[in-house]
Amino acid sequence: MSTASTNSTVAEPRRGVGMAVHDSIADVGAVVVHWMETLGDMTLFMWRTLLWLFTRLPRRDTLVPAFYNIGVLSLPVVALTGTFIGMVLAVQTYSQFKQFGFETRMGALINLSMCRELGPVLAATMLAGRVGSAIAAEIGTMRVTEQIDALTSMGANPLHYLVVPRFLGCLLMIPSLTIMAIFMGVVGGWIYSVQVFGIDSYHYWNNSQQFVGNWDLFYGVFKSVFFGATIAIVSCYRGFHCDPGAEGVGRAATAAFVLSFVIIIVLDLFLSIWLDRVHEMLWPQMG
Amino acid sequence: MAATKKSSDASNALIELERLNVAFGRQQVLRDLSLAIPRGQTVAIIGESGCGKTVLLKNIIGLMHPTSGHVVFDGQRIDQLNDKDITTLRSRFGFLFQNAALFDSMTISENISFPLRENSRMPPEKIAQIVEHRLTQVGLPTSVLTKRPAQLSGGMRKRVGLARALAMSPEVLLYDEPTTGLDPIMSDVINELIIRTREQQSVTGVVVTHDMRTAQKVADRVVMLYPLSRLEPREPQIIFDGSPKDIMNSKDKRVAQFVRGEAGERLEEMQEQAISY
Repeated sequence: MSTASTNSTVAEPRRGVGMAVHDSIADVGAVVVHWMETLGDMTLFMWRTLLWLFTRLPRRDTLVPAFYNIGVLSLPVVALTGTFIGMVLAVQTYSQFKQFGFETRMGALINLSMCRELGPVLAATMLAGRVGSAIAAEIGTMRVTEQIDALTSMGANPLHYLVVPRFLGCLLMIPSLTIMAIFMGVVGGWIYSVQVFGIDSYHYWNNSQQFVGNWDLFYGVFKSVFFGATIAIVSCYRGFHCDPGAEGVGRAATAAFVLSFVIIIVLDLFLSIWLDRVHEMLWPQMG
Repeated sequence: MAATKKSSDASNALIELERLNVAFGRQQVLRDLSLAIPRGQTVAIIGESGCGKTVLLKNIIGLMHPTSGHVVFDGQRIDQLNDKDITTLRSRFGFLFQNAALFDSMTISENISFPLRENSRMPPEKIAQIVEHRLTQVGLPTSVLTKRPAQLSGGMRKRVGLARALAMSPEVLLYDEPTTGLDPIMSDVINELIIRTREQQSVTGVVVTHDMRTAQKVADRVVMLYPLSRLEPREPQIIFDGSPKDIMNSKDKRVAQFVRGEAGERLEEMQEQAISY
């Protein structure tokens, strides 16, 4: 008897379904509020970065390493993945097009996909993985080891000193990386189609020319600028708001990649819709 | 008499903290803390880990901001300064961080010259001269100039940190745990450097430490903070403010325990707290 009464006092009171629903709604609300706060904070972060960008350009010795690291060192990996994506597209397209006897039109699809979607998204993904995570980890480590405080205490603004060069690097280097990804994809797709599937090179390029134009190249490069800006802002933001310790730095690096990638994909959709509308407005007869 | 001395200190104060409150979320770290530091004085802020010493130091230079109350430096409230003015004001400070906070991506030379490059338009030859002078001052050979911070020992890094803090010939030097993690000899080298800097450049110093030897050796005045979690709601957070000599004879049990480094019943208290959680 006494045991039973002890158990009844120790056990938590049973909560009703109403309370459980209430708690769930409160949890969802807390997550939404947290996301809204992060979004607002990140927008403010971007705004302050832009203000610094237009107030004073960073020194050459901070810009050159950022440009080299973001642009030059990313080039090989972007070129390599671009080539293979082009080849994979050729493999996937061939089996479908062969059924209808359209093999010579493969170039149109491969090159159009590379210019409009795969080139910019691939370059952005590579940049987010290679550079974005590194930026978040580097700035995060500087945060936890008080190096950012040291910068501030010596009269340097961390946004101007750390974020603006990386932002400019991503913004100005990603178009070149995108062009490289597109070029290598186009070359990879062409080599595979001609050498492996034996498609006639003349018809391959002739059909490509009919369907792919300057607008398609502009379409991909234009989108890539927004992707570059996203990678820089998200990665620097995650680094600045890094939790203490090695785990915090690791989480910041991972979060920088995941968040950049999600935003890039969402942006890709909206930019594509908008660019198609612009095209319709400028050249309505082309459809 | 003591009251008269304190009010005259406040009127001549270079740094004044007025009813400073700092909280992180629900956790309050500093409560109603007022302190005046006259020009030329070296004050040691002592206290247990987590009592808010570093937070206090970072509030002085505006790296952290109080929840209420304010910091006045040379007659200017630092919370009312714009970005440009606060940058100018910070160039009057030198800050030695707990782990030196040297920039990993730069060489030692670039680290020491950083504040000069950032805040002045000196020619590179002049900057190089100052860097070498500061390096010699802290007892390091010029051969380390091309090395990276990761290639140096803890004591060397700390001395480079001090050289960097001295580069701009600051009026105020803030030291955050200058001897923590160093061997006794290197700790004393740092203490000597703090004393010599004060003598040669007549700087005002704020030394945050829990090393009583450092406090005794380098400070004109010792201020002891106590963790808020161990205080009653209306008790003042500063439990001692006096000379290094007086602190040794303090009758306050909490001060005496800290000075002698005695845990007393602290372990039992902690165990009880752990069980109650």
